[in-house]
Amino acid sequence: MNALQRTDGFRGRGDEVYERLVAAHRGLSDEQSGALNARLVLLLANQVGDADVVTAAIAAARASLGLADGAAPREE
Amino acid sequence: MSGGAVGSYDYRHYPYHRPVELDRGGQGRCPVLIVGAGPVGLAAAIDLAQQGIASIVVDDNDVVSVGSRAICWSKRTLEIFDRLGVGERMVAKGVTWRVGRVYHRDRELYRFDLLPEGGHKMPAFINLQQYYAEEYLIDRAMELADRVDLRWRHRLAGIEQSGTGVTATIDTADGQYRVTADWLIAADGARSTVRSLLGLPFEGTTFEEKFLIVDVRIDADYPSDRRFWFQPEFDPSQSVLIHRQPDNVFRIDFQLGWDADVERERDPERAMARVRRVVGPGVHCEFEWCSVYTFRCARLERFTSGRVIFAGDSAHVVSPFGARGGNGGIQDVDNLCWKLAAVLRKEAPPALLDSYDSERRHGADENILNSRRTTTFMTPKTAVERQLRDGVLALAPDFPFARALVNSGRLSRPCDLRGFSGFAADDGSIAGPLLPGMPCDDAPVRAGDGSAGWLLDHLGGAPTVLAFAASPQEVDGIGRCAAASDIAGLRVVVISEEARPCPGMTVLSDRAGLVGARYGGASGVTYLIRPDQHVLGRWRGIDPQALGHAWRRCLGTEAA
Repeated sequence: MNALQRTDGFRGRGDEVYERLVAAHRGLSDEQSGALNARLVLLLANQVGDADVVTAAIAAARASLGLADGAAPREE
Repeated sequence: MSGGAVGSYDYRHYPYHRPVELDRGGQGRCPVLIVGAGPVGLAAAIDLAQQGIASIVVDDNDVVSVGSRAICWSKRTLEIFDRLGVGERMVAKGVTWRVGRVYHRDRELYRFDLLPEGGHKMPAFINLQQYYAEEYLIDRAMELADRVDLRWRHRLAGIEQSGTGVTATIDTADGQYRVTADWLIAADGARSTVRSLLGLPFEGTTFEEKFLIVDVRIDADYPSDRRFWFQPEFDPSQSVLIHRQPDNVFRIDFQLGWDADVERERDPERAMARVRRVVGPGVHCEFEWCSVYTFRCARLERFTSGRVIFAGDSAHVVSPFGARGGNGGIQDVDNLCWKLAAVLRKEAPPALLDSYDSERRHGADENILNSRRTTTFMTPKTAVERQLRDGVLALAPDFPFARALVNSGRLSRPCDLRGFSGFAADDGSIAGPLLPGMPCDDAPVRAGDGSAGWLLDHLGGAPTVLAFAASPQEVDGIGRCAAASDIAGLRVVVISEEARPCPGMTVLSDRAGLVGARYGGASGVTYLIRPDQHVLGRWRGIDPQALGHAWRRCLGTEAA
C-alpha cells in the first residue's frame, strides 16, 4: 500500500491553505458546511487518485479520533 | 388448455400428468432431479439434455412467471441461451438496448454505451419479460422431451441424502411418490424449499428501502434506452428507472423510501397516477402488473451440499439494479452443467463440482459487492452519506470523475475466472487479451459452406481446441495433434485463410479480421476452451501432451 504523506506538502503556503479552508465555511449553516466538506473530500480524493492513499488517509483521520480504521466496507 | 391474461400476456396452464412412478410402486430413478421450472431450472435441464443427460424437472406451479420480473438479459446470458437453442428467438422478440441515460432532477448527467464495438452476434442487452424467457425455454425443453421430463404441479415435500444419491418425496394430486437421483439441482428460487428442507442458513443484508415496480403498456414511441432519474422533478420518489420491454410494455421502478405504506402504494390506481406523471398527460397507458418489494443481498455459504447443488436465486440473491439476478443464475447453469455431465459420464470425479462451488461463489460475491455499492449510493442512510451522494450528483455535470461515481446499477458483466485452479498458467507468449479463466469473445467467421456465422457458435458444449493455421498442411497438423491429445469429445476449430469442409474438424475463416485481433491469432496459436466457453489455456504451438494434461487437470483426473 502506498504511504500517506506525513510531512509538510504545502511548500510554505500551509497557513494560506488552512485559512482558505476556514474561510470557505464562513457564514454557512452546519448543513451547508457538511455539504461543502463532502464535495471537497470528493474533489481532493480524486486529485490524490491513488485508492491506497485515500484509504490510508481515512484510516489516519479515524485514528486521530481514536477509532478503528474502518477502511473495509462494513457487512451489516 | 385453459389460460388467463395478466395484462397483455396470455398465460396458459401446462398440463399436469399423473406420475408413472405411482404405477411402479411409488418409486423412480433419474440421473438428475431439478426442482423449479424457472429460467435457471429449465436452462439446466436443456443444457444437460444437450450433453446427453436426462433429468426430471418438478415445479409446484403450472404457469410461467406472473409479472415480468427478470427482464434484462446480458450479452453473456444471450450467448449461453444461444448455445441452448433459444438465443435467437429471445433476441428477435426482445428489445435490444445498449445505452443507459442517467438524470439528476431534470438534467441528463451522462450516458453509457455497454457495447461500443461491433463484431458480436449478441447485443449488450435485451429486455424480455421473464414469462417470455420461460415460455421459450419450455418450448426448447419440449423439443428435448426424450431427455427432459417436465412435471407441472409436482411439489417437493422432502429430501433424504445418502452418499450416492438424493431421494426426493414429491406430492401430486394423485398421491405421493419418491424419486432417487444421482444429483439434485435446487433451482427453486429465493424462497427455496430445498434450502429450507436442508436447514441451510441464507444470510445477508436486507436493505431498508421499498420499491414500487409497475409494468404498463404505453402506446407511444418511447426510447429503448435504459433511463434512470435521481430525485426526479416529476415524482416524489428518490429515484425512477424505466426499461422498455416488448409489446410496448414498460417497466417502471419507483424508489419509495423505507416508510412507504405497502398496501397503499400497491393500489393500481395510485400506481397509475405515478405512471402518468412519468409519461406525461395525454399519453394513453394501460396497467399490466405491479408489486412493492424490498430486497436483500444474501448467499449460501456453499453452493453444494452433498449431492444437492444450488443454482440461481436459491443460492444467492441481489438487488435488481445491475441485472445481476437472472444473469447470475444463467451463468451458474453454464458453469455447472458440463461439469455435472462429466461426473455422470464418469469422466471426472465428483470433486469437479467443488470448482462450480468456488467459481460461482466468486461470481455471486462480485454481484453482491456491486449490488451493495449501488444500494449504498441510491439509499443514503445518514446525513453524511446523503451529503457525499448529493455531492457526487452536484459535481457530475462538470467533473467526469464524479459522473463515474454516479451509481444507478453496474450492469452485469461476464464472470472472469482468472486465477482459479483448473486453468492453465499463461506463459505470456500470446499478445491477445483473452487470458485463461476469461470468457471467450465472439467474432464474425465464415464457415466451410460459405455461410457467414459467429465464432461462439462453434465453441460451446464440448472441450474445444481453437487453433490458427497459415496453410492447409498446418490445418492437417492441428487435426493430428488434437486427436493425439486423447480428450474425450474434443472438438477442433481451426481459423485459416480459407474456410473449407474438413472431416473431423471445423475450418473457419476470419471474415472481419476480428478473431485474429481478439485472440492474438497467428500461425501456431492454440487455445483450449472449456465447454462453458472460458479459456482453459493457450499456447504458442500445439502440443498434444500439454492439451491433454490441461484438460485432465481441469477435470481433476490428473495432478498439477
